[in-house]
Parts: sequence; C-alpha cells; structure tokens
Amino acid sequence: MTTIVVTGIGATSCLGGNARDTWEALLRRESGIRLLTEEWVETHELPVKFAGRVKVPATEVLERIEIKRLDPSAQLAVIAAREAWADAGAPTDPKERVLVDFATGIGGLNTLLDAWDVLKEKGPRRVLPMTIPMLMPNAAAAAISMDLQTRGGARTCVSACASGTESISNAVDHLRAGIADVVICGGTESVIHPLPIAAFAAMHALSTRNDDPARASRPYDKDRDGFVLGEGAAVLILETKEHAEARGAKIYAEIAGGSVSSDAHHITAPDPEGNGAARAVLDALTNSGVTPADVNYINAHATSTPVGDIAEYTALHKVFGDRVKEIPVSATKSATGHLLGGTGALEAMFTVLSVYEKIAAPTLNLDNQDEAIPLDVVIEPRPLTDSIVAISNSFGFGGHNAVIVVKSI
Amino acid sequence: MAQSKDEVLAGLAALVNDETGVPVESVVFGKSFADDLDIDSISMMTIVVNAEEQFDVKIPDDKVSELKTVDDAVNYIVSAQS
Repeated sequence: MTTIVVTGIGATSCLGGNARDTWEALLRRESGIRLLTEEWVETHELPVKFAGRVKVPATEVLERIEIKRLDPSAQLAVIAAREAWADAGAPTDPKERVLVDFATGIGGLNTLLDAWDVLKEKGPRRVLPMTIPMLMPNAAAAAISMDLQTRGGARTCVSACASGTESISNAVDHLRAGIADVVICGGTESVIHPLPIAAFAAMHALSTRNDDPARASRPYDKDRDGFVLGEGAAVLILETKEHAEARGAKIYAEIAGGSVSSDAHHITAPDPEGNGAARAVLDALTNSGVTPADVNYINAHATSTPVGDIAEYTALHKVFGDRVKEIPVSATKSATGHLLGGTGALEAMFTVLSVYEKIAAPTLNLDNQDEAIPLDVVIEPRPLTDSIVAISNSFGFGGHNAVIVVKSI
Repeated sequence: MAQSKDEVLAGLAALVNDETGVPVESVVFGKSFADDLDIDSISMMTIVVNAEEQFDVKIPDDKVSELKTVDDAVNYIVSAQS
C-alpha cells in the first residue's frame, strides 16, 4: 500500500493566526473562547453570547479585494492554504497534478444572510453581483485552487462536522488512486452569526455558560452543557512518501488511511450504541493496515455535548474494549470550540503535530470527569512513545462518521 | 440633490477604494477603470450597485458598459442627479 505523508500544515483559529501559534497556544492550555462583542448579541437577545472567533482577523492578512470577494469561510481557507503550501516548500509539480479536496459544513452563510438583509431592506438592485460565487459551498475549494493556481480539480466535501476529516480521508484515496501527486486538503468554517447561534441554541446544542466562556467547552466533564461555536480553517498538504522524499520535503507524519460510515439512525442524534462510529474506526484501521491493539493515541471528536461524548465513548469501547481506558485521549475542542466543517482538519493537524513532536495535546476544563466515560483524558501536555498510531474522529449531523489514522513516519 | 463633479469624484474614489483597495488619489479624471486602475467587470458591477445607492441615481445595465473612464462615470452621475 502506498504510504501517504503530510508535508505541510497551515491554520488560522481562535488560538492563533497560523499553525505554530495555534499549536503553541493549545500546549499552553489557552482557551480561544471569548464573549462576542457584536451588538447583534444583545439586539437579538441571543441565549449564547460567546464563541471562538479567529484570533487574527482575515482583514489583517488579506488584501482588500480578497476580503470583498470571498466569504469569511473562504478567506480563512486561503490564509491556511497559503501557509500550508509554503510550509510544504511550494511543490513545483505540474499544477494539473495538484488537487484540492476541501471541506465546509455550511459554506458562505454570512454572505447569504447579509445579502438577504440587503434585499429586504434596500431591494434587489442593491444585492451585490458577487453574492452567488461567495455563498456557494465550493467557494473555499475554488478560492484555494485559484490562489495557488492548481488545476487538478477542486472538490468540495460536505458532511457537516465530519467534513474536514472526510476531506483528508478522500485525499489519501486520491493519492492512492494516482489521480494527483499532491493534494491540498482540510476544512473551514465561519458561521458566527446570530442565525446559526439561535438555531443551534434552539436545539439545545450549545453551551449557555455565558458567565464563564473560557470554561464552557468541557468535554467529558459532568457539567458539560453543549458545544461552543468556533471558527477557523486548517489545511494539510499530502503526497506519497516517495514523492515527498524525491523532492526532499520535510515529513511530519503518515496518514495511514481513513474511512467514513453513516449511522442511518437520526438526523442529529448519534447512534447511542455507537455502531456507525465504531465501524468507521475499525474500517479506518483496516484501511491503514493496523489493528485496534496498535492504537496508542486518540484525538476525540468530543464536542462537550451530554449525549455526543457518551456515544463516542461507547463506540471507542466497542473497538478497543477495556483497553480504551489506557489510551491517552485529547479533546481539543475544549480550547478551540467546534469549527463544524473545519474541525476535523484542525484536529487532524493537532494529531499530526502530536505524532511529529511526540506529545499529546491537553484537554481543558475537565474538573469532574463523567464516571460514565472512564477514559485516560490528557489534561496537561503529555509525552508520547516514539512509535505512535493515532486516530482522529469526527461525527456530524446526518449520521456522518469519519476517522483518519495518523502514524509516526 | 445635485453634487458638483469634484464631490462626485471624491465619493466615487471612496467607493472604488473600498471595493478594490485602489488608492483614492489614483481615481482621477482621465483614468480608465479597466486599463489604468485594473478594475475588472465584477468589481465594476459592485461599484455601480454601491454608486446607485450613494448618489441616489439609477444606472441602467446597458449604460454600465459605457462607463469606461472616471470621466464617464462622474459625468453620468452628475447628469442623472440634475
């Protein structure tokens, strides 16, 4: 089986404006969750008044014309992609052999809703001509392709909160199928807007810990009360090991394989038996040529919702048995919030860096661990062994389950 | 309310700058939007939408293609206002 490796990473998140700053803030156990200062929080009397805004606004990074022509979700994608591409040493392959497979959960929501406001308030002649190309869900993939002038296809992966992980799994498949020499994969999301906040709150999915935002995202804690909306993007550059070595590229880790499955259980609730999620983990391991016994690190989906965290634990127990208690688990949404379609990509990047630097990322806010989830949760950054086989899980509305396997090279 | 040419020019320059980042001092009489200021058709359409609102005029779609220079745009807006 062809070995696929990561040669470039990029990110922008509520922890930092690039991959390194994000990672180091995570290792310092910083939270990126803060009170929102926009007036619409009070205007609409939103029940949730905090989120994880990107630490470095796109307006400080991109040109004016780029801000005007890209939805915030695509702006963040381009920022992360440029960083990842440069980090990979800007491969000089024919651009027809460079493929983009990029994820979003929702797409250009800010553009759509802003344009709707303009239409209602000012009429159709005030609706801007760039509205459609900015709101379309493929806009981020297209923006990356145009920005880096890659021509090997720009695909969009949409599977709610599993999207980012599924994109990376797809990238492995593309490389093994030989349809590209380099794949730019990852995900983005930027939907911190009153409508999605109101809608997620309406389904009781969000934490309402308005008096203490930095402690609101608390996976596995007894007092967890929902997820925290985050925004950001993360990008990985993948290629075959042979290709990476031939051009002398730095190699972070191997993406040994991935898999997706679907619950066919409920549009929003996870299967309480965890069958679909367990199958995604097992298939990803099989596709990677490893077994459950080989896995020694987990970056969990762990959104901090009461039912989701238990369902994931149930799935993990199904796969690993009682040994699951001995595998270090990181729940990094405790620091970043939940980036929806971008979350799998950011957590994949954290997992890659954990493997590369042999250190497990910390989990914040675990004051009283839920007794029903007896996992070895990593609280402080913890050294890992030399030979790491890690999984990163993502699950999404619609019953989507996606898992990738990250290995030491 | 009718504005002078210089007032319209200043307002237009601000719109162009906001949309494209082209410095306001570059948006002067004698300049072509496409050839001199490197403004493409999408930006031009956006500037027109914003100009209609700012100057309270209507710029018909078939007129937009005729607004090739800063002079064309300013003259059209001034005449449409009066």
